[in-house]
Amino acid sequence: MKLSHSLALTLPLVSGWAMAADLTVKFDLPQLNVAEYHKPYVAIWIEREDQSVASTLAVLYDVKKPNNGGEKWVKDLRTWWRKAGRDAKLPIDGVSGATRAAGTQTMTFAGAKYGLDKLPAGDYKLVIEAAREAGGRELVRVPFTWPAKGKLAASSNGKEELGAVSIAAQ
Amino acid sequence: MKKLVIAAALACVALSAQAHRPWMVPTQTVIESERETWVTIDGAVSEGLFDVDHMPLRLEGLAVIGPDGSSTQAPAPYVGKHRSTVDVQLPKDGTYRFTLASTNVMGSYKLNGEMKRFGRGGSSEVPAGATEVKTTTTVQRLDTFVTLNKTSTGALKPTGTGLEMVPVTHPNELHAGEKAKVRFLLDGKPLPNFPFSMVPGGVKYRGTANEVRLTTDANGEASFTLPAPNMYWVSAGYPANAPRGPGVEQPAKRYSYSATLEIQPE
Repeated sequence: MKLSHSLALTLPLVSGWAMAADLTVKFDLPQLNVAEYHKPYVAIWIEREDQSVASTLAVLYDVKKPNNGGEKWVKDLRTWWRKAGRDAKLPIDGVSGATRAAGTQTMTFAGAKYGLDKLPAGDYKLVIEAAREAGGRELVRVPFTWPAKGKLAASSNGKEELGAVSIAAQ
Repeated sequence: MKKLVIAAALACVALSAQAHRPWMVPTQTVIESERETWVTIDGAVSEGLFDVDHMPLRLEGLAVIGPDGSSTQAPAPYVGKHRSTVDVQLPKDGTYRFTLASTNVMGSYKLNGEMKRFGRGGSSEVPAGATEVKTTTTVQRLDTFVTLNKTSTGALKPTGTGLEMVPVTHPNELHAGEKAKVRFLLDGKPLPNFPFSMVPGGVKYRGTANEVRLTTDANGEASFTLPAPNMYWVSAGYPANAPRGPGVEQPAKRYSYSATLEIQPE
């Protein structure tokens, strides 16, 4: 690939910044008026263009249940389970976490720790799946390009189990 | 010797920490036929509605209230691994109510310094010498309705016992987009400001739950516009919004009601 003179000067700066970038994911868990509200199980991952999983960032489930009882329901995150969960062994250090209450939740993933610095350049989607006991299951996909030109910011919306979802890298 | 007799028809469903839902579904809710007519009632307990993937509902004790208001016992069901099934003949035109009522007692006691639980599928008797006996009684009812040729109201009169929904709008004349009214009673008395839910089946394919949460007015009635066509699971519990889960002190008496209603297309 032939690089123009000006691009050769700027590229090291851009890629250097991208490698150090932390990815921040903000997601809304709507407060639902239902008979039995249980905090949803949530999986967050980066999906390649071919829909395979590049990196699982978070799996939130009932980690406090005795005898790993909460793990039994992680397969309700059907999409994540099929693509990555079935072959993974829970708990995963730095990925497994407790369920979150309704409201806006923010999670930040350090670039080096979650393999973001090694992510080949290309088009990806941040996927977030929420499954609620006695409730529904919803996926929201936020497309983004890596590394981003300038500051990375993208968002999308769910309909019921997820509200606004946004990602940013700084 | 203290003996507590348990009616175990719906044992281990009543206070399950998981969101297991007991339900009955008829093969048809509105039947038009000039020949000998039967309806098949399936009963199961599952997380998703109306998935048959967990355990059968015990249908023993299923009562059939005919168009003239008289009650008979449904024949013995076939109990399979995931669902129970019973065929019921409908001899006359009119509306039939299929109702399954049970009372389940659960609790704990102390014997020889050890805390023991009972009623949840285990021993149903409290032995002599037990102390600190704590019990929770759950009075449960499940309903569904089937009409042969012409609707009637003789089977719709409330039994007046426990938590009960009275379908003011005929339950086999529910059409999406139209208005409907229901009334909730506790031991025959209207329940004002009482919350209940309607959940459509098929979440697995749809994704969103689309649970409809409603509340009765000061007269114990709720008027609402019927949502999209589907088979719906109506559910209510009294006391409403009681805290649940392990370690939470249960009220001495709980009531649970659920019904399967079909909202037909326009």
